Amino acid sequence: MSAPTILTRRLTKQYGETKVVNTLDLRTSAGEVFGLLGPNGAGKTTTILMLLGMVEPTSGDIEVLGLDPARNPLAVKSRVGYLPDAVGFYPDLTGRENLRFTAELNRLSRTEADRRIDSLLVDVGLVDSGDRPVGVYSRGMKQRLGIADALIKRPEILILDEPTTAIDPEGVAEILGLIRRLAKDEGVTILLSSHLLHQVQAVCDRVAIFVKGRVVAQGAPHELATDSKGPEEVEISVGADEADVRAALANQKFLRSLKPGRLPRSYLIEVEHGSTNKLVSSLVEAGLPLTSVRRLSEDLDEVYRRYFHAEEATASV
Amino acid sequence: MSDATAPMHAIAMADEGLGHGWRVVARKEFADHLRSIRFLVLAAILAIVTAATVVAAAGGIRSVASQAMGIPGIFLRLLTLESPPVPFPFIFVLMNFLGPFLGIAFGFDAISSEKSAGTLPRLLAQPIHRDEVIIGKFVAGLSIIGMMLIATTIFITGLGMFRLGLSPTAGEIGRLFVWVVVAIIYVGFWLALSILLSTRAGVATSILASLGLWLVLIFFGSFIFSAAANLVAPSDDAVAVAKAEILLSRISPAVLFSEASTVLLDPTQRTVDLVTVEQADRAILSNLTLNQSLSVVWPQVVGLVAITTVLFGFAFVSFMRQEIRA
Repeated sequence: MSAPTILTRRLTKQYGETKVVNTLDLRTSAGEVFGLLGPNGAGKTTTILMLLGMVEPTSGDIEVLGLDPARNPLAVKSRVGYLPDAVGFYPDLTGRENLRFTAELNRLSRTEADRRIDSLLVDVGLVDSGDRPVGVYSRGMKQRLGIADALIKRPEILILDEPTTAIDPEGVAEILGLIRRLAKDEGVTILLSSHLLHQVQAVCDRVAIFVKGRVVAQGAPHELATDSKGPEEVEISVGADEADVRAALANQKFLRSLKPGRLPRSYLIEVEHGSTNKLVSSLVEAGLPLTSVRRLSEDLDEVYRRYFHAEEATASV
Repeated sequence: MSDATAPMHAIAMADEGLGHGWRVVARKEFADHLRSIRFLVLAAILAIVTAATVVAAAGGIRSVASQAMGIPGIFLRLLTLESPPVPFPFIFVLMNFLGPFLGIAFGFDAISSEKSAGTLPRLLAQPIHRDEVIIGKFVAGLSIIGMMLIATTIFITGLGMFRLGLSPTAGEIGRLFVWVVVAIIYVGFWLALSILLSTRAGVATSILASLGLWLVLIFFGSFIFSAAANLVAPSDDAVAVAKAEILLSRISPAVLFSEASTVLLDPTQRTVDLVTVEQADRAILSNLTLNQSLSVVWPQVVGLVAITTVLFGFAFVSFMRQEIRA
C-alpha cells in the first residue's frame, strides 16, 4: 500500500462537554475518492477544518501529506485545495478576478495564473461567465467557480465540503465526472463530504458514515449497502388494491410483512434476505401491473438510517 | 465564535515567512476601495467641505489683508480660520466629522463582510497566515486614507495660492507635511476602531457601534471629561479643575489631534497647556521653528500613535483568537 495522503489517529475535537469529532481514524491514499457521509452537524466540517489546520484538535494525531497541519499550516494549505460549504466570492469582482486573487495568494505568476484559469473555467463549464461579476452568479455557478478556485494551486489533495448542493442534476453529473477524472488521471486524493448519499455513492471508492462525531461504518459503498444479513425492505407501486397484493403473496414463505406505503397504491414489503427477486416474480406471475420497485436497503440512505438508529439505541443503553 | 484553544500557532509568524500574503491582500483591498462607490462619495464630500471651508477662510484673510501680511504662517490659517458664511474651520470639520467618517467607512466591514459573503474560510484556506489578512486590510485602509488626505492638502494649497495670491513658504509646506502625517494617524485610530468592531460584530452592528462611539467621544466627550475633572480636583480651585480636565481629556484621540494641529499649524503657539493671564502677560512673542513646535506636541503625537496601535492590536488579537467556520 502506498503512503497515506491523509491519516488521522484517534482524532477528537471537543467543545465544552460535546465531542464533535470522536476518536476518528481515517486513511486515504493517492487517487482515491473518499466520502464523508452524514447528516448536518455530524462533525464533517469540523474534521475538514482540522485537516486544514484551521481548527485545533483536542487530542489525536493528523498527518496530511506527512505534515502536521497544526504545526505547518502553510505547507499543508499550499498543497491542499478546499471548497468550503456555502462557498462565497467577492461579488464586485468577476469570476476570473476572484480566481486570480487566489492564484496570487498561492504565488502563481500572472501568465501561469491566466493559463490555469482559462483551462479551469472550461473544466467547470463557466467559460461564458468568467468575465461577469460573481454578484450575478447563481448558487450553482458559485459552486462551480469554487471548485475551480480549489484547483488553481494544483492540489495533491482536494477537499470538497458538500460540493453538489445547489447544482442541478445535470451539473452534478458533470462535477462528479470531473472529480472522478482528477482522481484517476492525476492521482489527486479527493475527500468529499455530503449528506446526499446516493449522489456520492456513485463516485466514491470508499465512504465513512458519520453519526454524532463517530464513524459508524467505513468501506466501499456496495459493501456497506449489502453487509446486512437482515430482511430486505422493498417499496413497490402497483396498480392493484392491498387485498389483491396480499392474495398474490398469500402462500409465499419469504414474506415478512406488508403495509401501505407513502403513496396511494404503494406498499412497503419486508422479505427475507435475498428474496426481492422472488417477490417481484410472484407479483408479475399473479398478473399485477407493477409500476415501480425500489429496494430500500440497497440505498446508502437506508444503510445510513439503519446505522443512525443503531447508534441511538446504543446511546440510550 | 470564540475558542480558548484557537490556533495560537498562527501567531508565530516567523516559521514560514510573513510578507507575501499581506501585500496581495492589501493590493486587492486597495483596488476594491478605489473602485467602490463609497470612495467616490467620500472623495466628493471631502472636496466640497474642503473647498467651502478654505474659500471662506481665504475670504476672511483677504478682508484683513493689510494686517494679515505680517502674520507668520498666514497660509496655514486656511485650515484653522473660520469665516462667514461657513461656521467651522476645515480642521474642526476634519477632526469631528470627516476624519471619523473616513476611518469608519474603510473599516467597518473589513472582516464582517468577508464573513457574511462566505469568503473568509476560502481565504484562510490559502497558504497565508491569518495575521496577513487583517494587516493587509489595515494597510490598505490606511493607504487610501493617506492618499485622500494628502490629495486634500495639495488641493488646499492650490486653492490658497489661487485665492490669496501668495505661495506657501518652505516652512509652511514643512508644517503642512508633518500635520498631514498626524492627521493620517488620527484617522487611523477610527479605522482601527471600526476594524476591531468588524472582527466581532456583523456589518450593520459594527457600523452602528462605530458611529455610537463617535457620537459619545465627539459630542459628549467634553461633558464627560469636565464631570470627571470635578470629581478628582478640589472643586474650589478653578485652575486645578481646568488643568485636570485638560489632562483627562487627553485620553481622547480627537483632543490629542486638535492640540497637535493647533501647534503644528501655528508657529506662534508655544504650549497646549493652560496659560494664566499672568504667564501670558510676561511672555515675549516669538515664532517657533517646526522642530520646536513638534517637540511641544510630541507627547500628543506619540499618544495618537500609541492609541491607534493598541486598538489595532486588539483587533488583531480578536481576529486571531476566533474560530472561523464555514
